[in-house]
Formats: sequence, structure tokens, C-alpha cells
Amino acid sequence: MSGTNRMTGADAVLRSLEAEGVDVMFGLPGGAILPLYDAIARGTTVRHVLARHEQGAGHMAEGYARASGRPGVALATSGPGATNLVTPIADAWMDSTPLVCITGQVRSTLIGTDAFQECDITGITMPIVKHSWLVQDVKEIPAIIKAAFHVATTGRSGPVLVDIPRDIQEAELDFSYPDEVDLPGWRPPSKVHPLQIREAARVVALAEKPVLYVGGGTLNGDACEELLQLAEVGRLPVITTLMAKGAFPESHELHFGWPGMHGPKWSNFAMNKCDVLVAIGARFDDRVTGKLAAFAPGATIVHLDIDPAEIGKLRVADVPVVGPLKMAIAELTREVERHRSEGVPAPEAWLQKIVDWREEFPLRYDKSDELKPQTVIEKLQELTARDDVIVTTGVGQHQMWAMQYIVSERPRTFITSGGLGTMGYGIPAAIGAKAARPEATVVCVDGDGCFQMTQQELATAVLENLPIVVVIVNNGYLGMVQQWQDMFFAERRSQVHLTRQVPDYAMLAQAYGALGITVESEDELGPALEEALASGRTAVVDCRVAQSEQCFPMIPAGAAAIDMIEYGESVEAM
Amino acid sequence: MKHTISVQVEDKPGALARISTMFARRGFNIDSLAVGPTERSGVSCITLRVDCEQHSLEQIEKQIHKLVNVLRVTELVPGEAVERELLLLKVAAAADKRADLIASAAALGGRTLDLGADAVVFELTGTPEELDSFQELARPHGIQELIRTGRIGMSRPSTRRTSRRLSAIN
Ligand SMILES: Cc1ncc(C[n+]2csc(CCOP(=O)(O)OP(=O)(O)O)c2C)c(N)n1
Ligand SMILES: [Mg+2]
Repeated sequence: MSGTNRMTGADAVLRSLEAEGVDVMFGLPGGAILPLYDAIARGTTVRHVLARHEQGAGHMAEGYARASGRPGVALATSGPGATNLVTPIADAWMDSTPLVCITGQVRSTLIGTDAFQECDITGITMPIVKHSWLVQDVKEIPAIIKAAFHVATTGRSGPVLVDIPRDIQEAELDFSYPDEVDLPGWRPPSKVHPLQIREAARVVALAEKPVLYVGGGTLNGDACEELLQLAEVGRLPVITTLMAKGAFPESHELHFGWPGMHGPKWSNFAMNKCDVLVAIGARFDDRVTGKLAAFAPGATIVHLDIDPAEIGKLRVADVPVVGPLKMAIAELTREVERHRSEGVPAPEAWLQKIVDWREEFPLRYDKSDELKPQTVIEKLQELTARDDVIVTTGVGQHQMWAMQYIVSERPRTFITSGGLGTMGYGIPAAIGAKAARPEATVVCVDGDGCFQMTQQELATAVLENLPIVVVIVNNGYLGMVQQWQDMFFAERRSQVHLTRQVPDYAMLAQAYGALGITVESEDELGPALEEALASGRTAVVDCRVAQSEQCFPMIPAGAAAIDMIEYGESVEAM
Repeated sequence: MKHTISVQVEDKPGALARISTMFARRGFNIDSLAVGPTERSGVSCITLRVDCEQHSLEQIEKQIHKLVNVLRVTELVPGEAVERELLLLKVAAAADKRADLIASAAALGGRTLDLGADAVVFELTGTPEELDSFQELARPHGIQELIRTGRIGMSRPSTRRTSRRLSAIN
């Protein structure tokens, strides 16, 4: 315990955040959290970024967390403020993003009376948080904030919520920040079982056709360097999920794309024809596996995860390894190295096979007079290839094209909503990433539909001096939904047309004080992107692309991953 | 297959809600649930009866274990644990027909709690199977009201427990 002094609960929250080393928080005030905002006005070292919508604040905190590896902090008032945080909390839950939400609540004496802006936010969020606290005594604040950060960041990371009634923010306590947490029931795995490691290494080293199926847990577990070692030592092919994009350098000869619904054919072939599948911080999501029963049918499964509940949840693990991935992968590498040095050969023929598939089934699309969405992303990649750039995305076709055409070389440089698939994630996540890494160029590859869900945060980007470049892949449609309607509902387009003209995105950007540029052709594309990237300002590049381009290859939902539809193939072939 | 799970939790607000929400969310059904204090102050025990496959049971155990307030999760394996339940039963029984019922309740260690003009209230504690059989015995007389607490249980010190934790999951 270090130093005590008398202060209000609201001040105690800020002193606690400072003690946790928080440098930025994102939020929007209201009645039930006025005392905390008053404390902010009286002074704190934590920068507050004023969002225009609490959903924006939540996604900013997520973007901050994903770019920095530190927990994001979001603040909101009771009732509607708190319910606006529900989407980011659910998003953080699905993608295991460390997020600490602090909400104001009505006075303790009013709880349960349907008071103005009362809402049972701990109840509403119970299934989508690791834990939550409704503070009942001002003296608990330091210990609860300490515990909140601890729970959010240890084990499998994720969101937590602290709900603080207004009278408790106003009450006084003698503040001292605890050195340790008192959570007897919270003991995430801290070791790995040496026998399991040895068995895993034997299976991996002896495999003729191994694949490392790498998920977002590798980033969360700060295990990317260890992964690189493992792959290089064992000469093991690496396939990274959408959530793990960037966990392994994508220009590396051992990187072989991304699995699942819109992954390239060579990646899905490798995943499904391998003899040993090493899942690392990955969770056999249906968008990755396609029809589960037909997924990697012949493979022995080695599954490494910090969360014991992921092991065997969807696919039985032949060799389960529970523990922190950084430690698990390092130990696995040592053992695999021993096998290799004892003469167990690397799977060179298999590596060549995947290279052959890649040459046989490359990603492709047809150019036309109209600007193609893929071209927009390829150009963006070309122009930013040598920069320190972070890419965020919305959800839809543009997100999948970004996965396919952006080359992510470093961890925490590709930030997207995977598990929940939250439209509108891209802009606020980019702002949060910029707050975490001001030196980086932050680009949001957005859809026209997604843009309209959180565009108001452009005001935040401009006024808080957190410049981001938004590249809208403007196909005038809720494109991904249109694609499904065209493919699986006999081209009956139902409520998916947005138009490319309304709103005029460039004018809208200018209204927010940002740079706005409209791009109608491939010729205009490069100069516009260059101008936006060089401007140092928040910029919106509205790229009006072909309206009916579809995203391929594709595994239709519920189909076996091996039955991918390729670009130009008709669905009838299914 | 039915399983009995015993969960030791910190006696904190919302602890029970978190466990029941987890069951609902992951689509597991709870047959019965009993909550009460334990030998340790601040620690409650929640005993759940669930009907599920072995695979789901493992998922349940692991998911519950992740909850911050949960201290311990164990399965009470049949034969290695004692299990008891309490039944209150109001049976229609005219004065001339109740002697039989009272006798069978007594034979099972039950008690007669109240005698009304045309109904009797019994209390019976026993294994859930004993309660079932008494219930069946009473049924022809006309059950007016029936409440069971849900089972509680603990491991037997007399038998060696087979480990219920997966060895690979340290
Ligand atoms: C909040 C939310 N609502 C609905 C959906 C369903 N959905 C998935 S992709 C998509 C279309 C997105 O449109 P746009 O942003 O224009 O991206 P595009 O697919 O055209 O690239 C929709 C509606 C979703 N993922 N999230
Ligand atoms: Mg669109």
C-alpha cells in the first residue's frame, strides 16, 4: 500500500486509472456519471477523447487495445449511454479484446425503482463480459478497478464492466491503491504441461503435412516472435485467421494465407489436406471451418490455447496444450528443434505442394472499365507498403478484400471485427489505434454501409487531432448481403441498395472539416490516395467502384471448405 | 445422461445469475438447482443437476470454472457421493384412507407435518430415488401440491474419488 488520502469516489476512479498506467480513455458524459466527469475537469493525467456516440467510444477503446496490446478504457453514463456500449462489449467478448468499461449508474437508493435512465447494465451484459461489478461501497473502488484491469488482461483477455452509482462517485474514501488483487476464484493457466509439449512436438515434427492454424490468441498472448521461431525452426507452413492477420509476416515464405469462407483456395486446401493441424489460439469458428464434420478430416489435431474451454469445444483435440501461448510455443519450438537436429526431416515436399496450389489457384479478378474494389485495396497496399501503417476495416466484402490484398507484416497492424462482424467498427477503431500509435499512418478500409453507421466519429478524429484516412469502397450496396442474395436467393435483391451518390461522402467529409476526395476511375485512384495519405489530416477517399463485384473465392455457408467457388465460377456448380 | 455438479462460489452479488446465465446462453438445461451456505463463511455451494452428454459436461465444467467468483467445480459421481433431497407433499386423503400413506411415509423415514380434514402434508428427506418412489405411492391418492428442493450432495470419505479433472488441462 502506498500513500493514503481523502477524496471522492470519482477522484478515486481517476487515481486508479492513473495507477494502472492508462494514458487515454474514450467516452461521453451524462447525468449519472457527472461526478466522474467533474473529476476529469479538475484534473487527471489520463487523456479523455470525447466520442460522438458511446458505441464509437467503445470501438475506439477496442482499436486502442488492439493496436497497443494494452486494455482500452471506455466511459458512459447510465441507461442509454450504457446500452450504447453493449455492441462494443459484445465485439470485445467475441474477439477477446481487453476492454474496461466504466458506466455511471443511478443513485444506490434509486436502483430497482425504474428511475430516470436506470438500466440494469450488469444484467444486460452478463453473458458478454468476463466479469462485472456494481460498486456498492465507495471504499471498494480501488480494489475493483485493480481487479477489473487484472481480469480484462489475464488469461484469455476480454471485456469487463464497472457500474458505479452516482452517490458512490460522490462519497468519500481514504484512497490507497492496492498492490495485489484479491480474486481467489480467478486463476488462469500460468504453466504448460511438459508432457503435453513433448507429445505435441513429436506429432508436429514427424508430420509429413503439418499446418499451423494461427488465431488471434497468438496476438493477445504476445507470442508472435515465438511463432516465427517455431515456423522457421520446424519449417512449418503458417496460415493466419482474420483475427491473426499480421501475427506472422505475410511476405515470409512460410506464410500461406488465411483460412475460411473467403480465404484463398491454396490456404483452404492446405488446412483440409494436412495430416497434423496445429491450432494456436484459434477456435474453429464456423467461418473458418465451413462444414465442421468435413473440416480437415484426416488431421491429427494439436490445440494450444490459454482457455481450457476452447479445447474440445468444437473439434476434439488429439493433443491438447493449455497455457500461456508465449510459453507454450517457445517450449514447443525447443522440442521441435531437437527432433529436427536429430534428423527428423522438414516437410519440404508439402511446402512445395502448397506453393504449387498457390500458383495453380491464385487470387484473381477481372479488370474492367469500371474501377474494381480489389484494385482500390491493391493500390492502397502498393502506396503504403513501406510505411508504418495500421489498417482497420468495416465488415462486408471490403473487409474480405482487405484481408486478401493488404500485406500485413507486423503484429497489431490489421484491426478488424471478426467474431461479431460489427458494421461500423472501422472508423472508431482507427481513431483508437491512432491514439495508441500516433506515429503510425492509420487507414480505415470501409464499406459505404459501414461508414454510415459510425461516420459521426469523423468529428472526433478532426477535433481530437487523431487524423485517419478512410478509404470507402463505395459499391452503393450492402455488398456482402447483396452477394448472398444474388448467389443463394435467386438474385432477389432485398433492401440492400444504398446508391453511390447519397450521401456525397466527400462533401460530408468536408462538412466535418476533413479532406474529402471522390474517385471515379482507376486514373484518379493513385493521386487521390497519395494526397490523402500525405495530407496528415483526416481524409475520406470515396472510391466509387463497380456495383456488383462479388467476393471470391467463397465457401458457401455450411459447405465443406474444400468445395470452394472460385472467381468466375457459377453457383450452379454447387 | 444426468449429472450432478457441485460448484463452490464466493458469496458475491450476481454469482448465481452468472452461472445460470452461462447455462442458458450455451443451451444447457438445468433440471434442478440448490443453493446454500457451506462450512466456509463467504462461500456458497450451488448444486446443479443437468442432463447432457459427457462432452457437454466437460464444456460446462470448464465454462463455469472460468467465472471469476467460482472457486471449485466438481462432478458428484454416482456411488462416490451421498446425495439428498427434501420433498414436501400435500396429498388428498380422507380420514379413513390415510393410515396407509402415513405408514409408508414413516417406513421411508418421512414425517407427517399437518393433518387436515381431507389432506395431509408429508415431509420426506432421502435420495432422489426414494422421493420418487414415495411420490409414486402417493399419486393414486391425488397429489394436491408437491415441492422438491433439488438435490444436494458431497463426496463420500469412504470411497476413493476417481479424478474428475482432465489431466491435460492443468
Ligand atoms: C451492425 C450490423 N448490421 C448488419 C450486418 C449484416 N451485414 C454484414 S455485411 C453487410 C453489408 C455491409 O455493407 P458495406 O459496409 O457497404 O460493405 P460491402 O459488403 O458493400 O463491402 C451487412 C448489412 C452486420 N454485419 N452488422
Ligand atoms: Mg458497400
